Amino acid sequence: MKVNDVILKTVVRMVVFIVLTFGMYLFFAGHNAPGGGFIGGLVLGSAIVLLYLTYDIETVHKGMPFDFKKVAALGVLLATGTAIGSLFFDAPFLTQTDGYFTIPILGEKHLSTVVLFEAGVALTVIGTLVTIILSISEDE
Amino acid sequence: MNNIIVLPMIVPIITAIFLVFLRDSIKLQRIISLITMVFVAVVSIVLLQLIQTEGILRLDFSGWAPPFGILFVADSFAVLLVLTASIVTAICLIYAFSTIGPRHERMFFYPFVLLLVAGVNGSFLTGDIFNLFVCFEVMLLASFALIALGGEKFQLREALKYVLINIVASWMFLLALAYLYGTLKTLNMAHISQRVAEVGQEPILTLVSLVFLIVFALKAGLLLFFWLPGSYSVPPTVVQALFAALLTKVGIYALFRTFTLMFPFDPEVTHTLIGIMAGLTIIAGCMGALSGHDVRTIATYNVVIGVGFILLALAIGTEEAMAGAVYYLIHDMIAKALLFLIIGTMVFLTGEIVVKNMSGLIRNYPLFGWLYFIVMCALVGIPPLSGFIGKVLIGQGAVETGSYVLLALGFGSSVIVLYSLLRIFLASFFGETSISEDDKKPIPRGAMVSFMLFALCIVGLGVGAEGIAVYVNDAAYTLVNPSVYVDAILNANE
Repeated sequence: MKVNDVILKTVVRMVVFIVLTFGMYLFFAGHNAPGGGFIGGLVLGSAIVLLYLTYDIETVHKGMPFDFKKVAALGVLLATGTAIGSLFFDAPFLTQTDGYFTIPILGEKHLSTVVLFEAGVALTVIGTLVTIILSISEDE
Repeated sequence: MNNIIVLPMIVPIITAIFLVFLRDSIKLQRIISLITMVFVAVVSIVLLQLIQTEGILRLDFSGWAPPFGILFVADSFAVLLVLTASIVTAICLIYAFSTIGPRHERMFFYPFVLLLVAGVNGSFLTGDIFNLFVCFEVMLLASFALIALGGEKFQLREALKYVLINIVASWMFLLALAYLYGTLKTLNMAHISQRVAEVGQEPILTLVSLVFLIVFALKAGLLLFFWLPGSYSVPPTVVQALFAALLTKVGIYALFRTFTLMFPFDPEVTHTLIGIMAGLTIIAGCMGALSGHDVRTIATYNVVIGVGFILLALAIGTEEAMAGAVYYLIHDMIAKALLFLIIGTMVFLTGEIVVKNMSGLIRNYPLFGWLYFIVMCALVGIPPLSGFIGKVLIGQGAVETGSYVLLALGFGSSVIVLYSLLRIFLASFFGETSISEDDKKPIPRGAMVSFMLFALCIVGLGVGAEGIAVYVNDAAYTLVNPSVYVDAILNANE
């Protein structure tokens, strides 16, 4: 039976952007406020899962041809990479650094290596979340 | 600041992640994983030397001074175990290359082994008890995957039990941590030790330590080993060997740290209880080993006996006994790995698991048969092999403190170990061979290489016991005098 899901597809098409934006907001807010890589990653991952639920796996795969196991691995690599990065600067393991930089147009901004670490966490969470959901859905 | 301390944990993690991207190039995966383990072994040898010259080392993560931050601590006890774990894993990997098969290799077998080792090494090196919990979980998650990898029905059944037991144990670990933090307001092991010494080990702290005892007893297979024989006999041979060599040892290590460093002040309760539990473990393990019909059951109950024997040393608690325990831990990791590899290969060669149904293996595989003989002698404790020195030192400690019951149990268990393993030797290796010359399967060359390397380690550890004595004695000295450890963490400034 063909299910009529025009409303679902139309709503999801807009909602996904709201969810993705909110996820990015949470990710960056995490530096000084509730949020961060884990929570931001969960929200971003849930947006992707929403796409998988609404459209079928093949359609989404055409738009996002990633192997999500590798996304998770990339995330861990990024996070551990920033952790051992400090070894090359003769600082204790896991040391993070930050500073104020003046960037043209944007003005003075606070940049921190914690963001890279958090990005690794976010990618790991997205990759793991989507892999779990996809493995369950493959099970007949 | 000694960033080298973190390498035994972080290098396996990073290479494990790299191997995920190299899923299809199996050759490259093998080479990289072997190089990683050899590298970690070399790093730990360097660390042992550094500890000799500079004393106990510590690394404060991102510069947070103890007791506020998380830290890694390298003392001789921890680093000796890291070294042994890395060597055992490297040799087990050589066995895996020729036996595990491409199906496992493509399903991230090597990354999981490396993550397991990262968890094991992290547990040995950490100086923060919550971080110990995290490293335990890293190790356990990898072991969950390894035990279920292959997806056979019996594997999934045992894996489910194993996961459930460990989740309950981890939950109790968290509970104990909450009690501990509630009473002492710290999680740094050295700081805990200092505070317990300051306030005296009151009954409530002893109670907290007993919750830890239950948790680590579950993980180490001390008395609460009901889960062990089932889950150690279902995964592929090489995984069994890794589990037998590494997993229970982490629990034993945690017990030693807990009751020598953090809660050593109420030995009438805690150490007596550990002694009773160790004695009962030995008795139960001996019964299991005697009554087992199949080779795997006999081998797993030998693991249980080994756990009981090592913890006798903790109950005795003298410096000799501690040195003996360190020797015996190192020996047990190597010998149990070899025992499980040989038992698994016997099953592979004959297709049988019952002792009576195998016969005459030594005619077809003479070298293999005599390697089994060596590991049997080592486990019994016949000089000059590796088990001897540990047993003598633990026995000496027992005599000094007058714990004759423990002494009798410990040495009585050697006889049972001899009987149970000799039974396999006589029934399965001697006698008429049931396999004709044409039907005999060859033993893969990689497997033979790994057996030989393990046998070399056993002989080397036995003959060269004097060579590592300086490190072992340092480890035992730190275990008996926890103030050395505490001073190195809290009172030394960089």
